[in-house]
This record gives sequence, structure tokens and C-alpha cells, in this order.
Amino acid sequence: MSEETEKDAPKKPAGRRKFELDPRLASYKGVWVFVEHERGVAHTVSWELMGEGRKLADTLGVPLAGVVMGAPGIQTRRFCEEAFHYGADLCYLMEDPLMADYRNQPFTKGLTDLVNAYQPEILLLGATTLGRDLAGSVATTLQTGLTADCTELNIDLENRSLAATRPTFGGSLLCTIVTLNYRPQMATVRPRVMSLPKPDPTRTGSIVEHTLGMTESEIVTKVLEYIPDNLQDKPQLPFADIIVAGGRGMKRPENFQLIWDLAKVLGAEVGATRPVVQAGWVELDRQVGQSGKTVRPKLYIAAGISGAIQHRVGMDASDVIIAINSDPNAPIFDFATYGIVGNAMTILPALTEAFRQQLATLKVAV
Amino acid sequence: MHIVVCIKQVPDSAQIRVHPVTNTIMRQGVPAIVNPYDLFSLEAALRLKDEYGGRVTVLSMGPPQAEAALRKAISFGADDAILVTDRAFAGSDTLATSFALASAIQKIHEDMPVDIVFAGKQTIDGDTAQVGPGIAKRMDLQLLTYVSSITDLDLENREITLHRRAEGGVQVLKTRLPCLITMLEGTNEMRFATLPNIFRAARYPLKLWDKDAAGITDVSKIGLKGSPTIVSKVFAPQPKTIPAEIIDCESKQPKDLAVTLLAKMFTRFPNLHEDIAKANA
Ligand SMILES: Cc1cc2nc3c(=O)[nH]c(=O)nc-3n(C[C@H](O)[C@H](O)[C@H](O)COP(=O)(O)OP(=O)(O)OC[C@H]3O[C@@H](n4cnc5c(N)ncnc54)[C@H](O)[C@@H]3O)c2cc1C
Ligand SMILES: Nc1ncnc2c1ncn2[C@@H]1O[C@H](COP(=O)(O)O)[C@@H](O)[C@H]1O
Repeated sequence: MSEETEKDAPKKPAGRRKFELDPRLASYKGVWVFVEHERGVAHTVSWELMGEGRKLADTLGVPLAGVVMGAPGIQTRRFCEEAFHYGADLCYLMEDPLMADYRNQPFTKGLTDLVNAYQPEILLLGATTLGRDLAGSVATTLQTGLTADCTELNIDLENRSLAATRPTFGGSLLCTIVTLNYRPQMATVRPRVMSLPKPDPTRTGSIVEHTLGMTESEIVTKVLEYIPDNLQDKPQLPFADIIVAGGRGMKRPENFQLIWDLAKVLGAEVGATRPVVQAGWVELDRQVGQSGKTVRPKLYIAAGISGAIQHRVGMDASDVIIAINSDPNAPIFDFATYGIVGNAMTILPALTEAFRQQLATLKVAV
Repeated sequence: MHIVVCIKQVPDSAQIRVHPVTNTIMRQGVPAIVNPYDLFSLEAALRLKDEYGGRVTVLSMGPPQAEAALRKAISFGADDAILVTDRAFAGSDTLATSFALASAIQKIHEDMPVDIVFAGKQTIDGDTAQVGPGIAKRMDLQLLTYVSSITDLDLENREITLHRRAEGGVQVLKTRLPCLITMLEGTNEMRFATLPNIFRAARYPLKLWDKDAAGITDVSKIGLKGSPTIVSKVFAPQPKTIPAEIIDCESKQPKDLAVTLLAKMFTRFPNLHEDIAKANA
């Protein structure tokens, strides 16, 4: 991501010039997805990326590969099988006891070595704490470009390059970033930004094994302990099917109860905008948007939310969006499915009641 | 102990507006602030100094105006401040920025050895979270991102123990100095500036380094030349192709409105019935 975005307009429009790839980079072929896993479970962002990587690979006419690194054993190998189900043609597998836990040093060496040995043109990672830690290190080691937190990935067919789109700071803008004469072209994408493809359990692929070639004494950082989160008390917005969210337009923390009431009737999770979280009305895990969670529910009800781009990028992929806002010009009406222009304080209770009745008739019908 | 904290001056993006016609960012009158995420790292550094002694140097790369951010850091209690500023840096992306900052830290280190470098988790303008890891790799420092607390520092054995946020839990890590730490947001609260420090900040003779002073000889590594990524297009988000169906309040009671909405919605999206029933189960 270039500081260029800070200028009032991009100085160097890349798309228009005829572009010649450095012949030394022509051998870089194929799309890779780093398969992230922790405690025996693959992170779904890897499979979301696999779906996206499949499209990019097909456009380029190249194979799609998964990169699996971890402790030796069937569990690690199972991630390769899963990668095939989600669309990979092959997997690069690196098994080593030193990689049982994520640590920057061995993972950076492992991934950098794989890239240098097998030369992919595109490398995608999840924008998780692990993925960002690793991507930044690998990109610097390889001296290549990395575009963080992309919301859209495309191939610019004119020069076969990855066109990565991401929201840019402050105002309501998006920018598309390309990495021309450097390989691989790296990008990270946040969880839930891309849709999860349907796995095909009949798909298989080939495995290419590679060794890490490191000893524990070379690795400076030691993991003393791992304290798993207590998932029970954490809201699970990213996978919720229904979300009722409130913004600053709810005016007072007491009014937020109206959001909770509707959520309760719908069996929904409660979401919020950043100002609401910063005011302490709800906890950080409920923030939806660029610096919060990305969600893809079937139904998203937004009350008193203006629809700033930083909020929009976190919930734009919802199937149905109902927006309640007193300002008919609020940007949220640009991307909502249904808009109600009016006071959330009176409309929310009415909606709650209407849904309650609707659900009661449903229950009778079932 | 010597700690370097990298801070960036950023426009207060909450106040940035986009020109409706030209689609460019209107920066006039937008106040510049210290990147909010950097304050968690600065505060963590100051706490280490309070407990173990030593010096805190703040470092920034940017235009001359960025000195305001450094003076702010001095008012919070930083000892020294260096602004790396040179036209040659214009257009730097994260790879070029981490190169320039790493060179400057190397220079600082030659003067007074550096034990810990802090960076923010990410910036609110660049927002890449890459500059920290980039500096660590270039200087061969142990990289510790998303740190929620520093539990122990053993200066004699040059070891540090800390908690790092992972996706599904917290890693307790022990590593050796020198290292680079990025703090997680919300893990501490910036102290208030004291009156003596505010006076000191106003008078402090800030060090301005150009690229030579920062020890940069290879200009192909900085600015546009040293930046692999190029912005090819900036554009406003598009409205959905199917516009929202607006249900106006004027004419209806909230109750009728809600009923109308549900009827419309369940007709157009019949599967929602089942989804809601499932969520309720
Ligand atoms: C780097 C960065 C990251 C950010 N990340 C996020 C993020 O992750 N998530 C996020 O949400 N924001 C984020 N923001 C903030 C974002 O830019 C907006 O400021 C924020 O989303 C606005 O929240 P809001 O819609 O609740 O408040 P406002 O923009 O103040 O909107 C309130 C709305 O309520 C309406 N309203 C008022 N009264 C009523 C009423 N009685 N009934 C109905 N409607 C009413 C108003 O018309 C208005 O549209 C980020 C900003 C920056 C700079
Ligand atoms: N120009 C800069 N000057 C000083 N520090 C910077 C600069 N750019 C980035 N950083 C540091 O790197 C961190 C991550 O930045 P970014 O990769 O842009 O998200 C920031 O929080 C700062 O600590």
C-alpha cells in the first residue's frame, strides 16, 4: 500500500503504460494460498481465499496451490486434503516439529524458501494476526510488494498482474493497487470478506514436500504457554446468520436495549459501529467494519447507522440489509436492500413485534 | 536500556471528506494527529522506562510538519526525537518506509545501542501493519506483533517475556533482546502530559535528518523507486445496482410499516423464513 494514496490523486497511473515484465520474473507461475491453522483446525479464511485463488488461477490459466506448514502428522496432512476439496490442484507441504506453534522465524524461513524454490506469481494470506505477522516478514525478506486487507482481487489481463482493491483512509474511497515488476505479488484478505466455497470431497491433488532445515537452537523465541480463549463468552459475529446492529443514531446507551430486544426475538447477534464501541455501549468484539469484524449474514438490520465506508466494508456482503435512518440522504441507503426513513426508537419496537408475530405463526405452521 | 518508538503523523481520518465531483481527498483543514495505535506502543515504552530506567527515543519519517507529532511524544515523556525528512522519500510504500526507518534506527543504534524497538500495530492511513515486521526483518530483530502485555524484562540476561494475541488464544512468549514489539490496541492508556514535559517539548531541539544523516546511500530503495506497489486507481464505492426499496414513514404508523416490510421481504426472500427459524432454534 503506497503513500501515494495520501496525495490528492495518484501520480503514476500504472494501467495505461505498456508494461513489460522483467524476463527474470517470467518463471514465476501459479497462485498460492497459505493455509493457516491453529490447534488442529484450519482457519476458514484459508478456504475463502482458496475460492478466490481458484478464480485468479483460472483467469491466468495456471495451477492453484495450498501451502501447509506444521508439525509432522496426519493432522497436518489432512489440511492438504481439505485444500484439495476447496479447489487446490497441489499442496506444498512442510512438516517439522519446530512448526508445531506459530513462530515468526521458522515460518518466515519456511515460506520464503518455498517461494524461492517454486516461484509463485501470486501469494495470498489471511489478514489475521498470524497472516499479517508472516506476510509482512516474508514480503520484506523477498523484497516484494504486499497489499493488505484487500476487499477485492482481480487480474489485470493487460499485464497479467494482480489488481488488489482495498478501502483507503478516511474518506469514502477505494483504491486498486498493483505490484508490477516484483514477484510474487502478495496480498492479505480479512476473514469473511470472501465467500466460503462449497468443498468437493471428491477432488484430489498432488503433494510436494519440502524440508525446513532449521534446528531449535537457531530459533530465538520460545513458546512458554498457549492460553486458549474461552469461546463461550465471546460473541461470534463473523458466522452469525442474522445481525441487528446499532450506531450513534441510537443516541443513548439505554436505547440500545431496543437493538437487544429485536436480536433476542430473531435469535440474532448484536453488532455496532465504532463510535458505539468507543463510547463503551457494547464490547469491542461486536464492532463491524474495517477495524472490527467482517460479517456475511443472511439478514443485517442497521439502525441509526450512517453507512460510512469503514462500516460498509464489514457488512456489504450481507444477503439482505434493512436500514433504519432518519436522514433520507444517509449513505447506507446506497447499499441497503430495504430502507426505512424514520426514527429508530419507534420503528425498532414495531419491527420486534412484527417479527414476533410472524415467528409465532411460523411455529404454528411447523 | 534504550528504546526506540516509531510514530507516524496521520490526518485525523474521521474528519476527512471526499470531493463529491473529483473524488479526491480534501485535506484542507484536517488536523494531523499521532497515529492512535502508536500511542499504545509509546505508553508501553514509557512504562518500561519507568520501571527499568533508560531512554526513550521517538522516530518518525515524514514531512517537516510531522515534528508536531514528535513534540507531542516528548510532552508525554519521551527523551529524544528524530524526524527523518527528505523529498527523496516521497511516494514510499511500506517496503521503502521500513528500509528508511531501519537505516535510521541503525544510525541511532551506533550512537547508543538499542534494546527494544516499538512500532504501532498499524496506521490509520496506510493501515498495512507491515512497517513493523519490515523493520524487524531488515534489522534481524525478534518480531513480536499484537502484544497485549509485557510480563517480564530481564536486562541482565537480555530476555523478555510477553503475551501475544493469536487468533484463538494468547501465546506466552519468551525471547531475547533486541526485539521489535507492536502493541495491541486498548492494552494501556496514554498518560497525561506533565507541565514540565510540555515546556520541554516546546523548547526541545528536534533532530532533523535527511537521507544522508539517516545513513541511506542506496536511493533505489526509497521513494517511488523503492516501492513495489503502485496505486493504479482511486474511486468511490458504487451504490448497489439494485437500489434500496425505500419504505417511507410519513404516511404510515410504525406498526403498519413493519408489517408491510416483513410481507415484502418474505415474499422476495422466502428462504429468510427458514434462516430465522434456524437462528431461533
Ligand atoms: C481508520 C478508521 C477505521 C474505522 N473503522 C470502523 C469500523 O470498523 N466500524 C465502524 O463502524 N466504523 C469505523 N470507522 C468510523 C467510520 O468512519 C464512521 O465514523 C462510523 O462508522 C460512523 O458510525 P455511525 O454510523 O454509528 O455514526 P454516524 O455516522 O454519526 O451516523 C449516525 C446516523 O444515525 C442517524 N440517526 C440519528 N438519529 C436517528 C434516529 N432517531 N433514528 C434513526 N437514525 C438516526 C443519522 O442520520 C446518521 O446517519 C473507522 C474510521 C476510521 C478513520
Ligand atoms: N513514516 C513513518 N514514520 C514512523 N513510523 C512509521 C511510519 N510509517 C509506519 N510507521 C510505524 O509502523 C507502524 C505500522 O504502519 P503501517 O504498516 O503503515 O500500518 C506504525 O504504527 C508506526 O509505528
